[in-house]
Amino acid sequence: MNTLELEEEKKAKATSKKTINVSGSVALLEILMAEKVDTIFGYPGGAIMPIYDALYDYNEKINHILVRHEQGSIHAAQGYARTSGRVGVVFATSGPGATNLVTGLADAMIDSTPLVCITGQVFAHLLGTDAFQETDVVNITTPVTKWNYQITDATEIPSVLAKAFYIAKSGRPGPVLIDITKNAQIQKFDFEGYTTCNHIRSYRPKPIVREEYVVEAARLINEAKKPFVIFGQGVILGSAEKEFQNFIEKGGLPAAWTILGLSALATDHPLNVGMLGMHGNYGPNVLTNDCDVLIAVGMRFDDRVTGRLDKYAKQAKIIHLDIDPSEIDKNVKTTVPVWGDCKETLPLLTKLIDKKSHEKWLQKFEELKERETEACFKKDLTPTSDALSMGEVINLLNELTDGNAVIVSDVGQHQMVACRYAKFKKSRSNVTSGGLGTMGFGLPAAIGAKFGAPERTVIAVIGDGGFQMTLQELGTIMQNNVDVKIVILNNEFLGMVRQWQELFNERRYSFTDIQSPDFVALAASYHINGKRVSKRDQLKSSLKEMLDSDGAHLLEVIVGKEHNVFPMVPQGCSVSEIRLS
Amino acid sequence: MNIDEIKNSNNSSFTTPGKQEYTITVYTENQIGILNRISIIFSRRKINIHNLNTSPSEVQGIHRFNIVIEETEEVLKKLVRQIEKQVDVLKAYYNTNDEIIWQEMALYKVPTEAIMEKAKVERLLHQFGARVVAIRKDYTVFETTGHREETDKLISALEPYGLIEFVRSARVAIIKESMGFHSKVKEFEQREPGSEVIENEYLDKQSEVFTM
Repeated sequence: MNTLELEEEKKAKATSKKTINVSGSVALLEILMAEKVDTIFGYPGGAIMPIYDALYDYNEKINHILVRHEQGSIHAAQGYARTSGRVGVVFATSGPGATNLVTGLADAMIDSTPLVCITGQVFAHLLGTDAFQETDVVNITTPVTKWNYQITDATEIPSVLAKAFYIAKSGRPGPVLIDITKNAQIQKFDFEGYTTCNHIRSYRPKPIVREEYVVEAARLINEAKKPFVIFGQGVILGSAEKEFQNFIEKGGLPAAWTILGLSALATDHPLNVGMLGMHGNYGPNVLTNDCDVLIAVGMRFDDRVTGRLDKYAKQAKIIHLDIDPSEIDKNVKTTVPVWGDCKETLPLLTKLIDKKSHEKWLQKFEELKERETEACFKKDLTPTSDALSMGEVINLLNELTDGNAVIVSDVGQHQMVACRYAKFKKSRSNVTSGGLGTMGFGLPAAIGAKFGAPERTVIAVIGDGGFQMTLQELGTIMQNNVDVKIVILNNEFLGMVRQWQELFNERRYSFTDIQSPDFVALAASYHINGKRVSKRDQLKSSLKEMLDSDGAHLLEVIVGKEHNVFPMVPQGCSVSEIRLS
Repeated sequence: MNIDEIKNSNNSSFTTPGKQEYTITVYTENQIGILNRISIIFSRRKINIHNLNTSPSEVQGIHRFNIVIEETEEVLKKLVRQIEKQVDVLKAYYNTNDEIIWQEMALYKVPTEAIMEKAKVERLLHQFGARVVAIRKDYTVFETTGHREETDKLISALEPYGLIEFVRSARVAIIKESMGFHSKVKEFEQREPGSEVIENEYLDKQSEVFTM
């Protein structure tokens, strides 16, 4: 064959390949379907109109939820990702649409939530000209995305989207933003089908497991008299709940959770000793400074967990299991780092540890729990005062849902109370903004959580302050008939800041008294049934009525105005200096 | 307080404990935006970058950054891990000045008459191994290459003769111990995609999918 013939054959091959001439927008939607995306949260606008025009024909195949504000779309996508374990997908337009995503991106980044956000952008030839609704979204979002990319040519769409999904969900998950200029959305190109991505040369989603560290970690655990496990969301993100349970059960290891690790281990598991951190349980905090080996699994030693670092677990040898090498030694110096996905490393470790039960050591947690029961649980869960407490609401919800509901919380006092007292049987039941502490997260996240777990009861527990930050999403609930149960715990204060002002600023309540609209009437204006309750004798029946109702329901509970959340590790104090009152 | 106590005290007003010059070498994909992704890792922690150079590396398609900062090794370790965590970064290293061979280039613009008339200047330039890059009627440009101290010395030496302009390049550095990056890149590429690749069914279902 001469060269000419070779060329001919090449050409023939190329044309025989099944390609189809489509617009960038249609290719994008085809790719989303190939990635099995069933729900998109979004809001249209000028620069993303071609994609929305294409979406018009995909209405039956992909469920698009029209939100009321782009911040709502991204929090909803986060809620969806957290309950379903899948990638949340967001559509937003350029300029203000894109900048409204920033809070959610930062939240998803710090809480390792897999998202793919698609933003429209002005025509490529207008980039940098201060065109209408143009903003430099790629640079604005660089610090708050795991990866981002601007597409200016439709032919890039398949490979870039494949990378986006792969990066978002692999390794330590995180948000990815893809900015697509309007010309690329319109441009027709030969789409050769979609191949998912599972390898990027420069990207290592998981570090290589080093056996010698696993062996060393097992040795330390076997020698320990007072071993203590602390775990975070890594267990959930790695779908390693079973592996984790086997590990602590074999070693007889007491385990405490971070706010994002909550629900990875059933609340009533005998080795579950409670919550860590600033408003965590008394025992786990105090005994952090008493254990001899501290085993951290998929958590990152946030300052809210560690309190004062130079007085944190100084007596203990520290084993840190994490998929992200940059977390090792970031805050707490590790004795043995066990790099890797805990789904792989936990079974290796379990194999090497001795079967043990640390009865005496566990007893210590029990003793301290008694003290917390006397000082806090009784007052919070079965109060005798006239005013209702946040704790008793959560307690009744536990009873009525038997620990099977998904609880989405906002940020503040109610969040701490919800996380402290909610009982869970299943993983992926707790959705909250942990790292960023985003007020206004709760309501939109609950909407997404319901789409992510449609078969489960989803209860949003929100404060009066946070609710007013994103209450426009009641419109989304109305239009899409989203079955979320909303409990507003109203103390007529920005309670957490007020608590600090009471404790540390001599009760100088600087701008923390907040007025609210009539929440029940507000819900009614969105055709959402609601009720207000302030008396104990009506509380349980009102909660039951809410849970039994068809569709969304809002229950406003008037709680004590100046209740505080205790225990508390004051800022700048060691975890063992935790206060019970 | 005895000397040991002073050494061990955390009071940073005595000394800046452990801070020294480090050169970070980063290998990246050639992607728009990667410079920003790397530089914000420093600015977020309020760390000043002394100088920064980007260039192609010995491997085609892979870029190399040299970043010079002054910090403690503790901080360097964390920074390098944060840099390596970026999707488009292949590898990052940090080294002290002893561990690298490095050069910086400097240009000096001096009035031509000063050189013509003063033999001293000519000697000076000789002594520093400066090379003439351009000669004009009114000015002459010299170039030297070397370490910071050397190029700095020539500035002060030339100042009395009316130094008009001075500029110094970023550092370029080679790690003494490194066996080159070729083998590393090969290693990265060897990790072939697994069997997970799923071809899209879309092409077979065109008629169903397209409703437009």
